[in-house]
Amino acid sequence: MSVIYVALPIALGLSLAAVIAFALSVRSGQFDDLETPQRRMLHDDIPKRK
Amino acid sequence: MNAMMPQAKINADSGRASSSRSVCAHCGLDVPAANAKSESDKAFCCAGCELAFQLIHDFGLDAFYDMNQTVGTAVGEVIAAEQFADFDSSEFQAQFATDDAAGSRRIRFGIQGIHCIACVWLIENLPQMQRGVVQARMNWSNSTLDLHWDPSQTKLSEAVALLRRLGYRLSAMRYGERERQNTIETRTQLMRLGIAGAAAGNNMLIALGLYLGWFSGMELGYQSLLRYVSCFLGLVSLLGPGMVFFRSAWQALRMRTPHMDLPIALGLAAGGIGGLVNTIRGEGEIYFDSLGVLVFLLLVGRFIQFRQQLRSADAVDLLYQLTPRKARKIVNGVPIDTHADLLKVGDVVQVLAGELIPADGKILEGQTTIDEAILTGESAPRRHCEGSLVAAGTLNLGSAIVVSVSAVGEESRVGRIARLVAQAAADKPAIVQWANRIGGQFVIAVIILALATIAIWWNTGWLDAVDRAIALLIVACPCALAMATPLALAIGLGRGAQRGILIKSGDVLQRLNQPGTIWLDKTGTVTQGSMRLVNWAGENRWLWRAAAIQDHSSHPIANAMNCNGVNNFLGQRGIENHIVASQVEQTVNGGIRGRIDGRELLIGNRQFALQAAKFDAVFEVAAAAALQAGLTPVFVACEGQVVGVAAVGDPIRPEARTKIAHFKKLGWRVGMLSGDHPVVVARIAEHLGIDPALVKGGMLPEDKVAFLRQQPTDQTQVMVGDGVNDSAALAVASVGVAVHGGSEVSMQAAPVYLNRPGLEPILELLDLSRNTMQTIRLNLTVSMLYNALAVVLAMAGIINPLIAALLMPISSLTVVSSSWLRPSFSSPSGNEQPLDRNENGAMVDEQSAALPRAI
Repeated sequence: MSVIYVALPIALGLSLAAVIAFALSVRSGQFDDLETPQRRMLHDDIPKRK
Repeated sequence: MNAMMPQAKINADSGRASSSRSVCAHCGLDVPAANAKSESDKAFCCAGCELAFQLIHDFGLDAFYDMNQTVGTAVGEVIAAEQFADFDSSEFQAQFATDDAAGSRRIRFGIQGIHCIACVWLIENLPQMQRGVVQARMNWSNSTLDLHWDPSQTKLSEAVALLRRLGYRLSAMRYGERERQNTIETRTQLMRLGIAGAAAGNNMLIALGLYLGWFSGMELGYQSLLRYVSCFLGLVSLLGPGMVFFRSAWQALRMRTPHMDLPIALGLAAGGIGGLVNTIRGEGEIYFDSLGVLVFLLLVGRFIQFRQQLRSADAVDLLYQLTPRKARKIVNGVPIDTHADLLKVGDVVQVLAGELIPADGKILEGQTTIDEAILTGESAPRRHCEGSLVAAGTLNLGSAIVVSVSAVGEESRVGRIARLVAQAAADKPAIVQWANRIGGQFVIAVIILALATIAIWWNTGWLDAVDRAIALLIVACPCALAMATPLALAIGLGRGAQRGILIKSGDVLQRLNQPGTIWLDKTGTVTQGSMRLVNWAGENRWLWRAAAIQDHSSHPIANAMNCNGVNNFLGQRGIENHIVASQVEQTVNGGIRGRIDGRELLIGNRQFALQAAKFDAVFEVAAAAALQAGLTPVFVACEGQVVGVAAVGDPIRPEARTKIAHFKKLGWRVGMLSGDHPVVVARIAEHLGIDPALVKGGMLPEDKVAFLRQQPTDQTQVMVGDGVNDSAALAVASVGVAVHGGSEVSMQAAPVYLNRPGLEPILELLDLSRNTMQTIRLNLTVSMLYNALAVVLAMAGIINPLIAALLMPISSLTVVSSSWLRPSFSSPSGNEQPLDRNENGAMVDEQSAALPRAI
């Protein structure tokens, strides 16, 4: 059971990392437009003339 | 995409029916007989489309045409880059563009003509097509384009001209303070949600451990570790994202306005302090898991509500959508292209036929007819001559005029209407939601109950008594109550949007719950909204010949009886599309003449026809019948003889009468406000069964606003309309409803936009309001019952952490499920008309393309 003294801080550290990742992606505007990117990628593969 | 398919199908059908018809390879519209080429398999409706196709082909972007049977946007004329020279002027760029970090500049455009994702793809490939364009990024949901370009390599005008050649129209947008604020606010709220969610989730896991330990016995060391971690996470949640509730409650206290946040903050504070003390003490309840979840759920509700409000505030700068971008200023007798924003009072501008008038002013030279529907709502154009006043945004139909500018931008009449709209929206008293109104009483009741609890339990020891009071404060925290309203409203709005009823603010549903008066505009609301060919007396071959001539004119009446109009009227019977008219000219007195097979045809009103021709009694009767029915007779004459009389008008919707009766049955009064002549309005109102006392004709936009302001404010005043002329009235009314096909401004001014024609959606809107309000009332009752039960249990001292932890999510769950499960419409969705939707449910209707698609 005493493993909890190690496991709990690790778990909290992981969620802190997740929160930081989320904050960074919000700040960089990844959540501003939720509609265009999901469709944009549908046509990413169309070959363009070089 | 799907929306375009019916059109493509019709085209294909008609292609089979008559080999002379084919479809434009770029935009999918019909190709006129004159343009059909037999030697090539590609045909185009106009030179502009041909050029666009060429451009796309040359850049190697043919894939554009392979995506989901996409069709481009009709281009029309051939575009010269010089037209956009003013985009390069330093004044313009100072107003709209900003410098970028890497030496390039950026500008934001509102963009028109986006059908589907293929257009987005094409536009984002702009850097490939135009050297010097660094990046082009589209936001499809609100139809904006962010363009980054390198001024040392290209001119902005060239990029704009290229996009225009592909069929897209641009208008520059200011990326203003409000937009920046909204973006920041959205991001802040998301961040709060993220932190609160993470804290709540982890706290629940720890609470699970604690509860299990409570049943099976846990060593004290582990227990206190878990309690301290839970306390830490709880405090992160309360002092981080949860701070908004304390701030808002403090504000409510200072302003002495009741608010739902008061009892919430009280519960959170009591729980936080009690929990902290108990953690340090090492015994008693800690409430941090419940508090964390509470904060998270409340923030979710708040975020949903904020997104709704954003959508209504998303209205793009009204004025810049209306007035033309371009003006032809006369300097030293020579016309020079300039930007309409740069005009000053006293400038002299030239306006050619078919152009929008760039500013208010007085005609110095020339006479013409002007379509003023944008201001008056009247579909028939008016004649203007030297010295008469013209307004910005109206359409010059006749011939070129020279105008001396008397007012520009916000000072012009259209600008004043736009300002009126903004003002009315700001003035409107917000209705305090019932949940907020009871917030104040709630907090007093809870405090009294808490004091009573302390008094009752005082004898068993003060520590115990305080503990019980804190438990009461927490279980009484009205989480479900605070979520009940926003959730039910958000679901109501979402379901409305699925049926083409777009509601920008939840208040609407609350206001519509009390029957009041519905004011209908005539044009476009109870009528079809555009001139149509209603009747034809004479041989069909003459009608086709007249249509070939009318194809050359842009007059509304001519549009009603051009080839398309006649096609619609005759239902594709005996198509004669190969007729080519020559020497077509408009005459001063409102007629049009042209030659077909060497014979001259005259089309016009009675005087015009009488000048050149005599006519039979048959046609006299037909003309009289048309006038009787409120329609405009149009005479067609050939070689001194009238050969037919067409009746053109704006027909009343067939279902209007029964729907109006239905409104009355629901307890609403129905009236009519119109800019048309009072006699015409009165006759239509009589036909529809509207009380003559509630009918007003000849109303200017300002009159409608004044009239609505006079109406008793304790009654709901619903205004239904479509035009720019209605927009101010739509904003002033307690509920403004813009109907299908309306102008962009009216859509922005009104809190409700109907994406389907006719009056049926209005009935559904009322139905939606009734059902949503019922759901809200049910939600409030249920959550109040839960709170009462919890309070009784806490006072009786039989609440333990498990019961508290169970009660709270159950009450929230009940509210969520009742909001979801209760129907929003009484009628099944089977009878609804098909909506113009693409495969992802986003609207592709031309009119609504500019509307933010938030749901």
